[in-house]
Amino acid sequence: MPNAVIRARGLAKRYGDAVALRSVDLDVQHGEIFSLLGPNGAGKTTTTEIMEGFRTRDAGELSVLGEDPARAGAAWRGRIGIVLQQAKDFADISVADVVHHFAVYYPNPRDPDEVIDAVGLTEKRASRAAQLSGGQRRRLDVALGILGNPELLFLDEPTTGFDPEVRRRFWELIAELRSSGTTILLTTHYLDEVEYLADRVGVVNGGTVVDVSTPDHLGGRHLAPSTVRWVGPDGPQEQVSSNPTRTVGELARHFGGDVPELTVTRPSLEDVYLQMIGES
Amino acid sequence: MTTVQTSTRPSAAAPPRREARRPSLLRMVRARAVLEIKQFYRSKGQMLLSFSLPLIMYILFSTIFSGDIDGTSVTAGQLYATGMLAMGVAATSFQSLALQVSLERQNGALKRLRGTPMPPTAYFAGKIAVVLVTSLGQAAVLLIVGSAFFHLHLPTGAGPWVNFLWLYALGIAGCSLLGLAFSTLIKGDNGGGPMVVLPFMVVQFISGVFIPFQELPHYLQQVAAVLPLKWLAQGMRSVFLPHAYAANEVTGQWETGRTALVLGAWVVGGLVLCLLTFRWKNRDDG
Repeated sequence: MPNAVIRARGLAKRYGDAVALRSVDLDVQHGEIFSLLGPNGAGKTTTTEIMEGFRTRDAGELSVLGEDPARAGAAWRGRIGIVLQQAKDFADISVADVVHHFAVYYPNPRDPDEVIDAVGLTEKRASRAAQLSGGQRRRLDVALGILGNPELLFLDEPTTGFDPEVRRRFWELIAELRSSGTTILLTTHYLDEVEYLADRVGVVNGGTVVDVSTPDHLGGRHLAPSTVRWVGPDGPQEQVSSNPTRTVGELARHFGGDVPELTVTRPSLEDVYLQMIGES
Repeated sequence: MTTVQTSTRPSAAAPPRREARRPSLLRMVRARAVLEIKQFYRSKGQMLLSFSLPLIMYILFSTIFSGDIDGTSVTAGQLYATGMLAMGVAATSFQSLALQVSLERQNGALKRLRGTPMPPTAYFAGKIAVVLVTSLGQAAVLLIVGSAFFHLHLPTGAGPWVNFLWLYALGIAGCSLLGLAFSTLIKGDNGGGPMVVLPFMVVQFISGVFIPFQELPHYLQQVAAVLPLKWLAQGMRSVFLPHAYAANEVTGQWETGRTALVLGAWVVGGLVLCLLTFRWKNRDDG
């Protein structure tokens, strides 16, 4: 695939006797938001850290932006952005100083003040990092991740601890990055985040990728039987149907018009996901 | 994709990526140095400890043991100035770097830097810059207080000052590298303090910083002779004490050449150790 930003085949990694990755195959295409989903210990972090060049792999082939992360140098790191989980560094330095400082490292950085603005920290630019709230601190991490104008951005659970409104604004920021051509690998626990942001999703479980699809089609979700619910004379009713259109038509004829409190639901992303990782 | 946003940033999509300027190493080193020094001055506890500890100890020792050191014309105030200068070098380089860097490994600072194009050289250079600034400041304070209140005679010729400078340079380089390497031994969970401070305390005692070196038992002298602090303290004595005091050294001489050799060997050894063992991540972090 000529357009793959990440191409992994048979990635394997063990820590002592514990197998972290059995065999991971993955393709991430240019300009998409690809989300890695999976329970804790499934191998998500190991997978991304191998792709970020933080860990070595025991076996398998890997190309990230055309290079092997295990051997790639500073020029390659200038083309990626990494937002790690929970950092507490440079507590005594102001937001503006930190962002301006990191801009020095990159060959082609974005304007630091624009980045501060983009993550909504303009009002906090004079605050020291230690004085920021959890969500603000996370946005500072994101600012540093996108500062180098990366072609590929790794986001590891970026919205943990955000309140709903801040999350929504953060999602919009990420979607903007995509529309300007950045490829994003997003690791998250939140299924609504996947549903809102991800173009494709890969489910990791037991050290391997068990399915790759769009959020709408994951696990054959779009073909799965729907549940039709309504309220009849005897109270709430439901019927599982593989052809909900026909079921609703029959109901409409039966009621001679409106069906009271009608809903049609397909299995949620959460339902299919839980089924896939064997917890439902 | 039908729309292309061309607003504020050049599209990362445009292949081939436009030729960007390569960030200059000098600029990165300067930025690191500024950041490190800022961080140091803003962490009030660390700064206070670095500047006041040697000074307080110096004033205490010089006041408590007033008078001449046995059988010499050298006063306690003169001798302890040299000991505290040597200790200051080791404290600001070895001790503070070992603590700082292990903390930065735990709080994710090192890992974050590793994920950027910043070359490791810039990081290490920034650390050495902060050590230089703090230890030279500390030395200045000690020399001023010593010559104002405790009869410390500052050398007048160029020779001793040249010696002072290379002693400082070698001492700082060697002890800094040793501190960076030592930081790797400290495991997570903030338990680093005692692991650095305690061994360092022992080394200070056996290196003649607090107790005149000639009064130590022979076997302790031999242990200390392997480490840099003993040589640093001896070197400082050769700079600031009258030539006659050399008779009190173990060999009866200043051993300037050997001092340079041992300190130089620690620079090389420390560098090799750093290159072999330095880690950007926590050990339990894979």
